[in-house]
Amino acid sequence: MKSLEELDIRGDLVYTQTHEWTRRTGDTAQVGVDDYAQSALGDIVYVELPSVGATVNAGAAFGSLESTKAVSDLYSSVTGKVVAVNETLSDSPELVNTSPYEDGWVIEVEMANPKELDALMKSDDYLSFVKTLAPIE
Amino acid sequence: MAGHPGVRGLVIKEGLLWERSRKGRIGVSLPEQDVPRAELADELVGEKPALPELSEVDVIRHYTRLSTWNFGVDTGTYPLGSCTMKYNPKINEHLAGLPGFANLHPMTPESHAQGALKLMYELERDLLEITKLHAVSLQPAAGAQGELTGMLMIHAYHAHKGRQRGKVIMPSTAHGTNPASAALCGYAPVPVRISPDGIITPEAIREVMDEDTAGIMITNPNTLGIFESNIAEITKIIHEKGGLVYGDGANLNALMGYADIEKMGIDVLHVNVHKTLSTPHGGGGPGAGPVVVRDILEPFLPIPRIVKEGDRYKLVSDAPLSIGRLHSFYGNFATLARALAYTRTLGKRLKDVTELAVLNANYVKARLKGVYNLPFPQPSMHECVFNDAIQHKGGVTTLDIAKRLIDLGYHPPTVYFPLVVDGALMIEPTESESKADLDGFVEAMIAIAEEAVTDPGAVKDAPRNTRVSRPDEVRAARHLILRGEIPG
Amino acid sequence: MRYLSHTPDDIKEMLEAVGVKSVEELFSSIPAGVRRDSEIDIEPRSEWRLSRDFEEMAGGLTAAGPAVSFAGAGSYSHCVPAHIPYLASRSEFLTSYTPYQPEISQGTLQAIFEFQTMTAGLLGMEIANASMYDGASSLAEAVLMAIRTKKKPKVAVSRLNHPHYLQVLKTYLRPTAFEVVELEALPDGRTDYGATPDDVSALVVQSPNFLGCIEDLASAAETAHSKGALLVTSFTEAMAWGLLKNPGGQGADIVSGEGKSFGIPHSFGGPGVGMLACKKDFVRTIPGRLVGETIDKNGERSFVLTLAAREQHIRREKAVSNICTNSGHNALIAAIYMSTAGKEGLREIAQQNHDRAVYLKNGLEEAGFRPLFDSPFFNEFAMTAPAGFEKRHEALLARGFLAGLKLDLFPEYNDPRYKDAYLFCATEAHTRGVLDEFFAILKEVA
Repeated sequence: MKSLEELDIRGDLVYTQTHEWTRRTGDTAQVGVDDYAQSALGDIVYVELPSVGATVNAGAAFGSLESTKAVSDLYSSVTGKVVAVNETLSDSPELVNTSPYEDGWVIEVEMANPKELDALMKSDDYLSFVKTLAPIE
Repeated sequence: MAGHPGVRGLVIKEGLLWERSRKGRIGVSLPEQDVPRAELADELVGEKPALPELSEVDVIRHYTRLSTWNFGVDTGTYPLGSCTMKYNPKINEHLAGLPGFANLHPMTPESHAQGALKLMYELERDLLEITKLHAVSLQPAAGAQGELTGMLMIHAYHAHKGRQRGKVIMPSTAHGTNPASAALCGYAPVPVRISPDGIITPEAIREVMDEDTAGIMITNPNTLGIFESNIAEITKIIHEKGGLVYGDGANLNALMGYADIEKMGIDVLHVNVHKTLSTPHGGGGPGAGPVVVRDILEPFLPIPRIVKEGDRYKLVSDAPLSIGRLHSFYGNFATLARALAYTRTLGKRLKDVTELAVLNANYVKARLKGVYNLPFPQPSMHECVFNDAIQHKGGVTTLDIAKRLIDLGYHPPTVYFPLVVDGALMIEPTESESKADLDGFVEAMIAIAEEAVTDPGAVKDAPRNTRVSRPDEVRAARHLILRGEIPG
Repeated sequence: MRYLSHTPDDIKEMLEAVGVKSVEELFSSIPAGVRRDSEIDIEPRSEWRLSRDFEEMAGGLTAAGPAVSFAGAGSYSHCVPAHIPYLASRSEFLTSYTPYQPEISQGTLQAIFEFQTMTAGLLGMEIANASMYDGASSLAEAVLMAIRTKKKPKVAVSRLNHPHYLQVLKTYLRPTAFEVVELEALPDGRTDYGATPDDVSALVVQSPNFLGCIEDLASAAETAHSKGALLVTSFTEAMAWGLLKNPGGQGADIVSGEGKSFGIPHSFGGPGVGMLACKKDFVRTIPGRLVGETIDKNGERSFVLTLAAREQHIRREKAVSNICTNSGHNALIAAIYMSTAGKEGLREIAQQNHDRAVYLKNGLEEAGFRPLFDSPFFNEFAMTAPAGFEKRHEALLARGFLAGLKLDLFPEYNDPRYKDAYLFCATEAHTRGVLDEFFAILKEVA
């Protein structure tokens, strides 16, 4: 588990309390898990992905991440239709660990209501939130 | 580290079974072909089975070498918390395998199976005497199936009462399989907080118990090894709201001769015979998980049931409220026979078993206190839970401590369970360990704690005396290889 | 007591170390209200008296079963080579726990990996797990797997599955909303797949079926797949796969069954060993333990429990099953049996099962029995007995022969179609001498 100082929290993204990041391009949102989550879970061995065309709801689970010792649900930050999933994670789940913000993205959603993004945390707020969580040794 | 039992020995390499395979070898004596060959139609006959070709000697060498890579209770101290790795008496093996039992077909007419039925009936009596409950089924094939049986009965009870419920209370100190067993019955788990003393309080139960809650799944002593001393009050609250109490009997070995399960307010309890009643675990079963119930649940017990009429025993299936059958036949008879051999050997001295199991755990706890962190210092029973909080500061974790223990000749405790304790080291010595063996284990634990300060690298590098060291579990899960290729 | 090594001095020293005056004090957290008020009323016995008690239950005229049995119906009499129980009794295998610490469990882990490999190969499937409790619970879990995968509200189940297996399946499905639709037997003793409804998650077929007939699994697969369902197959007699086309080769998606025929004694019905295998697409929904190959930190081939994230202790209420302890030691026995018999031996033993079953059937026909069906069978078949056979059955029992199982022992077969019908089984363990002796005595007790 990384220390707070080591955490890579990107300023151009918005975050959920369940540690997913969201990157907006027009009406499309790309969603993945952030550095805090990947570091806390350890080596990811499997990513359970939804199908393209599935509907996801803000705050609802759409898939899961498995390490050898734990499973963690993935929650969508926005509501909408899944337009792409990162198929490379099927063979290379480790991308979630090595490149959480780029190659390790999980899904892309065509947003039903882009205003939902306003409710998510900016990086500064997110860092303050992370500090309130169980202390990192 | 001199003085510990773990030293290096000669380890012999052995490949996969089929690496010994050579075309044309055979390891079995074929019966004389003394009746005419009867050919099946070609379209029904398959290829020859994809199995290796070995001689009997190949088979013996292969499995004998494999066996030497294992650690068992017969090898040494095995303080695996919650698993109760006590000594497995050899006479039990012998008696369970008597030809009259081994060769007895399950559909043998009752007139010719009286002895087997009697054996099961007698074990039922003993389980009732040990628990003080009312009726029993021996059918579940393992503890987890016993749990499922208990929850199916609770589900059937509520259905019979006319109103099904949707939830079940699940303390974080309950046994690991409980949530999955409840989920198979469609019950959603409701968490309940535990007090700083590591037990459940009546107040916490009052907060969550309602008339949509089917009951509670409770392990007593709980997985911290602490007796739930509010048990009578807790079960009263559950019963007042129309709920039932499932007792996980995984830790029954801490209660024999002391507690009355019925007075605790438990409606159904499963018994792990490999934990409490000494049947061998066999590296993963087979086990048996009889369920013992209070009178109100008797009509829901699995069928068939064993009934004694005069001096005859019979199987009865006439029970309209029964949850049905759980096993291909009547349960794991040979495992149950071992359990009866145990209860009949110990008899009333099962109480001594409980006493020494609790004494051993408390002795280890007293001697390791201060050396390792004890998150819950409350009085505990047959097991105690430490963690790595002290060693962690120097970078040594629970996993490292466990692996170093292997080098010193001991099976590690259960690690990272229960989940309520970070980095848990759950130690259950059982009554089988002598004081000298416990002292050896304690000294090994102390030596590792010292080494964690003086030479943490050595602890993190462990085990070094084993054939393999720290197999890569991440690689195994990412690149699944679940079978080999047997050469054609 | 020989299992307890503490001397009074040991106990005294240990109590001092703990800081209590007596052992009873360690139990002070148990309140008076929940304590038992009597000693455990079971008399301890010496090893010698215990042995006499058990020998009496295992022996004696009315206690032990008949010397020769033609009963199958889910538990089959096969020859067990002497070295199999000998090897399996090694205490390193017998007295170990689930292999949580791979460094000191490589023996168990590799043996399970080899069991998975041989089981999958035998059944023609891509993967197999480390075992289930028995054939019945394996079938129930296979059906739950299919339901998780297909999520349709019904399962179509052949009535010719073992009746106990169907009962267990119904017990498992009892709290759920899933509906079991039963498919009838055709006059030839095989299942009417044509009646499979459209909205099913699975078609569930046993082959050879309960009445011994070999089912047409390829056409069952076609039916299941045409309805978007999975074909789940079951078996009670693993020996059949030494001779018959395996279920995987005929299109089964999930295969469950009982492996007890491979070296495990009857023991009045248990324990056996459940086998469960599937296509690799379903690897994340298969319940039970799985062993995977990996390397250790020095690059040595090693084995570990893997995909634990499916299991109860991690995924808790979302786990695919609650099973943990399975039939590990019996899986070891089955693996030793499969490696002992091997490719050629298993084929020959299986062929001899069929040979002897045909010989038995011919002899019974000569004695006035009529086959219920003319469909092909492996080692078990149903016959209608000549009038008055029920009394002769008892007389034969008194002479040490269990002359088949009357079908109406199973309430599901209490049906005019099966009036006076008996299920017979012969295996490689029934020599010609025994069979001929049976035919002779059958005439005598006429």
